[in-house]
Amino acid sequence: MLYDVIIIGAGVSGSAIARELSRYEANVCVLEKCEDVCEGTSKANSAIVHAGFDAAAGSLMAKLNVRGNEMMDDLCRDLDIPFKRNGSMVVCIHKEALPGLQDLYDRGIKNGVKGMKILSREEALEMEPNLSDNVEGALYAPTGGIICPFKLCIAMAENANENGVDFRFNTKVEDIKKHEDGLWHIRTNNGEYVSRYVVNAAGVHSGVIHNMVSQDDDKIEIIPRRGDYCLLDKEVGGHVSHTIFPQPTNLGKGVLVSPTVHGNLIVGPTAIDIEDKEGTNTTAEGINDLIAKANDHVKNLPMRKVITSFAGLRAHEARHEFIIGEVKGAEHFIDVAAIESPGLTSSPAIGEMVGNMLKDMMKLTAKSEWKSTRKDIMNPADLSLEERNELIKKQPAYGNIICRCESISEGEILDAIHRPLGARSLDGVKRRTRAGMGRCQAGFCSPRTMEILHRELGLSYEEITKSGGTSNIVMERTKHQKGGEQ
Amino acid sequence: MTSYDIVIVGGGPAGLAAAISARKAGVEKILILERDRELGGILNQCIHNGFGLHTFKEELTGPEYAQRFIDQVLDEKIEYKLHTMVMDISADRVVTAMSREDGMYQIQAGAVILAMGCRERPRGALNIPGYRPAGIFSAGTAQRLVNMEGYMPGREVVILGSGDIGLIMARRMTLEGAKVKVVAELMPYSGGLKRNIVQCLDDFGIPLKLSHTVVDIEGKEHLTAVTIAEVDKNMKPIPGTEERYTCDTLLLSCGLIPENELSRNAGVEMNPVTSGPVVNESLETNIPGVFACGNVLHVHDLVDYVSEEATRAGANAAKFVKNGKTESGKVVELTATDGARYTVPSTINIDRMDDLLTVRFRVGAVYKDSYVSVYFDDERVMHNKKRIMAPGEMEQVILQKTKLQEAAPSKITIKIEPEE
Repeated sequence: MLYDVIIIGAGVSGSAIARELSRYEANVCVLEKCEDVCEGTSKANSAIVHAGFDAAAGSLMAKLNVRGNEMMDDLCRDLDIPFKRNGSMVVCIHKEALPGLQDLYDRGIKNGVKGMKILSREEALEMEPNLSDNVEGALYAPTGGIICPFKLCIAMAENANENGVDFRFNTKVEDIKKHEDGLWHIRTNNGEYVSRYVVNAAGVHSGVIHNMVSQDDDKIEIIPRRGDYCLLDKEVGGHVSHTIFPQPTNLGKGVLVSPTVHGNLIVGPTAIDIEDKEGTNTTAEGINDLIAKANDHVKNLPMRKVITSFAGLRAHEARHEFIIGEVKGAEHFIDVAAIESPGLTSSPAIGEMVGNMLKDMMKLTAKSEWKSTRKDIMNPADLSLEERNELIKKQPAYGNIICRCESISEGEILDAIHRPLGARSLDGVKRRTRAGMGRCQAGFCSPRTMEILHRELGLSYEEITKSGGTSNIVMERTKHQKGGEQ
Repeated sequence: MTSYDIVIVGGGPAGLAAAISARKAGVEKILILERDRELGGILNQCIHNGFGLHTFKEELTGPEYAQRFIDQVLDEKIEYKLHTMVMDISADRVVTAMSREDGMYQIQAGAVILAMGCRERPRGALNIPGYRPAGIFSAGTAQRLVNMEGYMPGREVVILGSGDIGLIMARRMTLEGAKVKVVAELMPYSGGLKRNIVQCLDDFGIPLKLSHTVVDIEGKEHLTAVTIAEVDKNMKPIPGTEERYTCDTLLLSCGLIPENELSRNAGVEMNPVTSGPVVNESLETNIPGVFACGNVLHVHDLVDYVSEEATRAGANAAKFVKNGKTESGKVVELTATDGARYTVPSTINIDRMDDLLTVRFRVGAVYKDSYVSVYFDDERVMHNKKRIMAPGEMEQVILQKTKLQEAAPSKITIKIEPEE
């Protein structure tokens, strides 16, 4: 099949672009090397929506950050996903660094950030009593927010899929060439794909993809900048109510402490440039560094309540600017490269920008019927006892709790499996429903979720994976079972 | 709203014994709520023997031990519901439960017995650095997969933590043909029972490395290797001591945590040392009519002690149902110091206590040729020599009501004291 547009990468940028393009009459396909959407940088980040005072004034990063932030309320309402403007604070703990807050404020004004305020020590402590005793002042930005990065990415991809965009998983791009027919021929491990236009939204791999088609004087190198995080139990999710940043440095926005939209507390990230583009391993030094830094700005951090730690990679490029546009000498090949922080915040705006760009280039026409909304997996905890009873009467699976930490029922898991671009692995179920994301970290529910995946998808137990590839959970039957089958 | 005299949350060994005991004390309307597909709790996956030596004077497997109690529950026609999750317990003892068959519903309970058991500490809580691939399991999850679902996680195994489930799984995986390469334990002593170290590791030639921990996990999709290292006195890995083991499975047996979400939401006061409720001599929490027993109260080593404790909780709940709350009597506080980490119970009402009361506790380190001493105020009234005490083995002392009445102390202290 000849596609009008192929998007490489089903992270939050690729999914946002796919959703925007699904508005138009065009055959669009997303190629993703992993088994699910949201498998790279999009799944391991701070889960926050930046206000937009960090990026250099006049940069594309600043523009898309502020625009993405503005779009978030409507988008999250349309996609039925949680988003909360909890406000962010950049905390100053050294008197001599106080002018830095004013600089940030001024930059925020230039970038179009609304409602900012510089707080005195007293005002800051009143709003956030667990700030360090050393706090000298803070920049408050009420438009800062918290969001579920999985849900944002999954919802945009699902909505794109419902509007006709194809997704090909486990499909890794190996080479891209423009043939004499004027079309892009994309060689993958799953055969060749041909397309008029290509969008490179390959995250930490966007440099590699770019370099497949760019001229010799136009090579880019994406440096994976690893960030370690700790996620803390919901019991201590209220330790701070705003997203607390230190003052930024040249390595980034520093170690933040924030509630998550699901009620946990997140601490991170560190910033270490590495070579391995899949190097998402945490290190003892990283975690120790993290804890030390977070304690500078927030006191009494209950680090004994860590339920998991993880690392994500930011797609850093030396210029520290989003690279969005047609590649020189590669007509109809659009880069969406070097999307590092604030990429999650910017994603709706990136989708809008690239969507408009392609609409103009390709002279796309709007579909007569485009469905802008989707319904998220239901949260039965929001229902009254009577409503929940009614639900269970109609769909008994909602009465069967599978994940006891997060109180997720079989009904929600079935929905996650059977909806568009449904879950096929334990992590797929986890990111869609939160089953396994609680304090026991899937100890209780994983055998039960496996049973459901086995039954619903016809997968054998040995075929069920944590997250695709070779991440199989079990290897073979026990001796006794093998004997019994003979 | 339906009502029951006693609602028991959990149909494992604690819940079963509590139910039987309450019925024997004459309580009619008893309901056990169990979330799994059968009664018996975690015993159903403990197919090894060694259960019941104290209770039945014979060695049973976990399912056999459970069955003896299940049979009594059936004989006594005690009501129970399976596949039923308790969603909430209120301070006035309204229990909200849910199942496929019955939907979501509420029960007014005369008394509630908390018997939810415990869960395993997951990898995340241990802050082990490295990748997060498939192939890492808590030991109990692996036990369920192997013993109940009939699947092997892998063939080459490293175990972190020497808790009893980890030790049992070392043997189990070996019997299933896997190679268990090493058991690493962070502490300078094992967290498990001595007999399990002998029968599950020594007998199979599996090395136990004390004062060691995992410092790296390799494998982007599936586990390929782990590195362990020795730790110093502050539990920090010592550079240069790293040893790398290729493996496809890492089992974690690094402690059990009582499962008290429901208790906390109900307003039950918690003991930070046990992570279980603070209880009095009747195993009653700060909420009148709410009792706790078994691993939800504090983690036990032997199910026999769980059954014994739960039997008391059941009898006391029965008393509460019949007599209501009794305010009278002198309450004495129990304190654990000098190596004793906690006591269960935390307080004793001398008037209400039985003639003999077993007080259980754990020590915080290994003690050789030391004494368990009990003080009534400043007077030492008990001084029992123990050849060895270790954190992995629960200790107990038995207090006599007559002696307490006689001495009428204002506080009782349990200490570990060296030889004089």
